[in-house]
Amino acid sequence: MMAFKLAIRNLIGAGLRTWLNVIVLSFAFVVIIWHKGILDGWDRQARTDMISWEAGGGQYWQQNYDPLDPFTLSDSHAPVTGKLQKMVENGTLTPILITQGTIYPSGRMLSILLKGIDPAQKILAIPSALLDTTSGTIPAIIGTSMAASSKLKAGDLVTLRWRDRNGAFDATEIRIAGVFKTNVPTVDGSQIWLPLSQLQKMMLMNGEATVIVSKQKNDSFPEVAGWKVKDQDFLLADMNNIIKSKTAGGMVLWGILMMLALLAIFDTQVLAIFRRQKEIGMYIAMGMTKRQVVALFTTEGAMHAVLATLLGAVYGIPLLALQAIKGISFPVSGSDYGISMAERLYPHYGIRLIIITVLIVMIATTIVSYWPARKIAKMKPTDALRGKIQ
Amino acid sequence: MNSDHLITIQHLKKHFAMGSGKFTALNGIDLTFDKGEFTGIIGPSGSGKTTLLNIIGSLDVPSEGKAIVMGKSVGDLGARESAFLRKTQLGFIFQSYNLLQVHTVYENVEFPLLLLGIESAKRKQMVNDALEWVGLTDKTNSRPAQLSGGECQRVAIARAMVKKPEIVLADEPTANLDAANSHHILQTMEKLNRDFSTTFIFATHDEKVIGYIRRKIYLEDGKVAKDEMIQKS
Repeated sequence: MMAFKLAIRNLIGAGLRTWLNVIVLSFAFVVIIWHKGILDGWDRQARTDMISWEAGGGQYWQQNYDPLDPFTLSDSHAPVTGKLQKMVENGTLTPILITQGTIYPSGRMLSILLKGIDPAQKILAIPSALLDTTSGTIPAIIGTSMAASSKLKAGDLVTLRWRDRNGAFDATEIRIAGVFKTNVPTVDGSQIWLPLSQLQKMMLMNGEATVIVSKQKNDSFPEVAGWKVKDQDFLLADMNNIIKSKTAGGMVLWGILMMLALLAIFDTQVLAIFRRQKEIGMYIAMGMTKRQVVALFTTEGAMHAVLATLLGAVYGIPLLALQAIKGISFPVSGSDYGISMAERLYPHYGIRLIIITVLIVMIATTIVSYWPARKIAKMKPTDALRGKIQ
Repeated sequence: MNSDHLITIQHLKKHFAMGSGKFTALNGIDLTFDKGEFTGIIGPSGSGKTTLLNIIGSLDVPSEGKAIVMGKSVGDLGARESAFLRKTQLGFIFQSYNLLQVHTVYENVEFPLLLLGIESAKRKQMVNDALEWVGLTDKTNSRPAQLSGGECQRVAIARAMVKKPEIVLADEPTANLDAANSHHILQTMEKLNRDFSTTFIFATHDEKVIGYIRRKIYLEDGKVAKDEMIQKS
């Protein structure tokens, strides 16, 4: 208690020197939390977007389906029957049929994926209701990325050519019924969404699908012959790996910030041992044990972290809260680089993140404060009083 | 050993390592000090005054012989015990004041009482009393940098006296002061010595101090050259 009281007095009395250290340390605090908050916010946002636009609560994949191998697509379809059919009917699953095709926008030829989706589905965020039209032409929807690369826009007609299950080529005109904006590039680039029943008819694959998306996350999907269960964790694995690599990169920045902040504290403490020798001698002459003096200096150093937390809270909380509400705008969309990333990112500052950061900084500050303070224990009080120690 | 003496020094020697050899700062000192003395240890630089004061103050230990302070042999005390002796029974006054620059006058004087764990209200009373003894009640919130040398030394006296120790050790207390301030603080210490029977031991070669003390112990080359009592009217 006495060390605490004296440490407070010494810190307040030291004035600008204390505040400079505290400002540097609080800046490190806030930037560490801010940076981690962005990664966490991105993580959450990307997960939410991936789940709502593509992964759902998990999926059934037709056993031959391999999204990384387009040559498997011709064999990756099977009828949705039995309990799967029942779950589709009660709205807990929605089937998607995936095949290949070619479009000819503005005289160019583009190979694309054709994806059939039920216009009435509510499981994925894809605006499939736009496909629910009675006009004569087959309606299609595309994402903004696809619209940009194909130079198509809502209302445009484009020729589509495909090859049905028997290998026969066919072609028709489709009309772009809508262009949707998504942060998930894997439901946007090089693909066109059509009404499921229409695509099944075109492909001669009535009642068939390639993947079936579940509404609810389920740890134990019922096994169905001919279909492989892919749970949500599997479907989000790629994105999690990207986030993980970003987090690792973030650790480097975190380390640099911590080093800078702790260097300031360490420097102050080392200087204090030399500059405050007579004071240390006086403490011992007055009856403090060396252990108490070491405790005082360590507490002084550690108090920097406490003051930095308070100062960081004063300007950090409003600043970070504002960003969490308003979000941070990014000039280039992450989806241009194939990453699920919104143009406006909303950082997420969890209580766990804040507590862990505060604890780490406090522990690290205490350690770097104690380290030079140990030198006091080796001082002869008579030398300290005369300021003789080098 | 005569237990009536406050301090007993027996055959005290103190050596310091110097290169490959050693330097003998104190070479067989035998002295006793009694309660209420106002004594000066006088000698030129290097005569061993400060070393003797440091040993009496349990800041250093004898190389040979004994220094018994209030019944405790300084050389035999552990770190905690010697810290306790300093904390409870000894007050120090230094040539360069050694005040805490970032603390106020009040806080500097309060410091020894914090170490003793004295409760707040009593502490406040004791600090105010001490500041009154040295005539600094109007400077309680000043910091040392705002005070003159004489005022700083008066703060140091108040800090040394606030816990009413048995012994105050003053190492060249007037060395940094002009004549007027020197006389002022010496009169203050003389009064405190009279009022509380506190034993004052000075290490000095200042003639002004020598004029006030009642016992003069002359050190030369680490030995007592002369020990005389002064009868004051």
